[in-house]
Amino acid sequence: MAEVTETTQAAQQIALPDGVKGAVHDWGSDQTAFKKVPWGKAMMWIFLLSDTFVFSCFLISYMTVRWSTTDPWPNTSQVFSLDFAGTPVPLLLIAIMTFILITSSGTMVMAVNYGYRKNRKMTAFWLILTAIFGASFVGMQAFEWSKLIAEGVRPWGNPFGAAQFGSSFFMITGFHGFHVSIGVIFLFIVTYKVMRGDYDDDGRKGFFTSRKGNYEIVETMGLYWHFVDLVWVFIFAFFYLW
Amino acid sequence: MAHDVGQQHPLSVYFWVWGLLFVLSAFSYMVDFYQFQGMLRWSLILIFMTLKAGLIMAVFMHMKWERLALVYAILLPPLAIAVFVGIMAFESTDTLNAREAYFVKPDPVVVKPHH
Repeated sequence: MAEVTETTQAAQQIALPDGVKGAVHDWGSDQTAFKKVPWGKAMMWIFLLSDTFVFSCFLISYMTVRWSTTDPWPNTSQVFSLDFAGTPVPLLLIAIMTFILITSSGTMVMAVNYGYRKNRKMTAFWLILTAIFGASFVGMQAFEWSKLIAEGVRPWGNPFGAAQFGSSFFMITGFHGFHVSIGVIFLFIVTYKVMRGDYDDDGRKGFFTSRKGNYEIVETMGLYWHFVDLVWVFIFAFFYLW
Repeated sequence: MAHDVGQQHPLSVYFWVWGLLFVLSAFSYMVDFYQFQGMLRWSLILIFMTLKAGLIMAVFMHMKWERLALVYAILLPPLAIAVFVGIMAFESTDTLNAREAYFVKPDPVVVKPHH
């Protein structure tokens, strides 16, 4: 029985059509809809889709309060400027944070790439580097928060303009920073497992699943990390630049 | 089973996109640095944002190479967000009009010095 199923599946793997026809075929196959994708990756994508809705709700409420307030919105270019060599540079810290996050996305890609080559040391190295960049991002965000709090920005008011600025700022960047922090922890856990050799061919079985993992987990982890970078792209555009 | 599942692509693609993301980020920062205003500012912000998001999703997150069954499942539902944005844009205009009509702040009281 099991043999028949495997043979049927093998035959279908070969005959898998591409394009829109393939999409209809996959969804109508009365089997796994997401073919050629490990289940963990499909699940991560679905989680990220739900997270997209969460962040969209934050950004849409920000749009709503900013649009409907009668008070002038604070000039983010000035609020987030930093003094560099005596002159204020607009959005300096935010720009550095943006570049750090993009760099960390690149190092994550390298980790995924070396993971597929089953190169344990290089995968671990790039993962650690990604985690360090992520941690430094959170550190800079903590600095930014303390600076704004010291200047009197609160969720219920601020000296620069509309009171809704503070609530939007703390809510949106706070939730994003929380995601980065979880990502850093996630990265350290995956790094630990990579270094221990869990994903190698003779690796140990997982604690919860009693199944042996493989390097595809690094890619799934990467999806989460890139998503955090993706969200920042939207926050940077709508909250800081708009 | 697992060997045909992975996403392995030449590193050069990733390096190109990595570089492009840096350039695009620099461009979007320049929008603020040179203080472009009005429609020019908003359109530039949106263009650079869309390009960056698209590159990250397509290449870094491998959407470009996934089967359409997954791509549609992930990329079509967010269209509902666009509807939500439209509804709330309408709603906030209404709120703003109501506030301007009924909650206008009185003119600041100018205290005249006594003679």
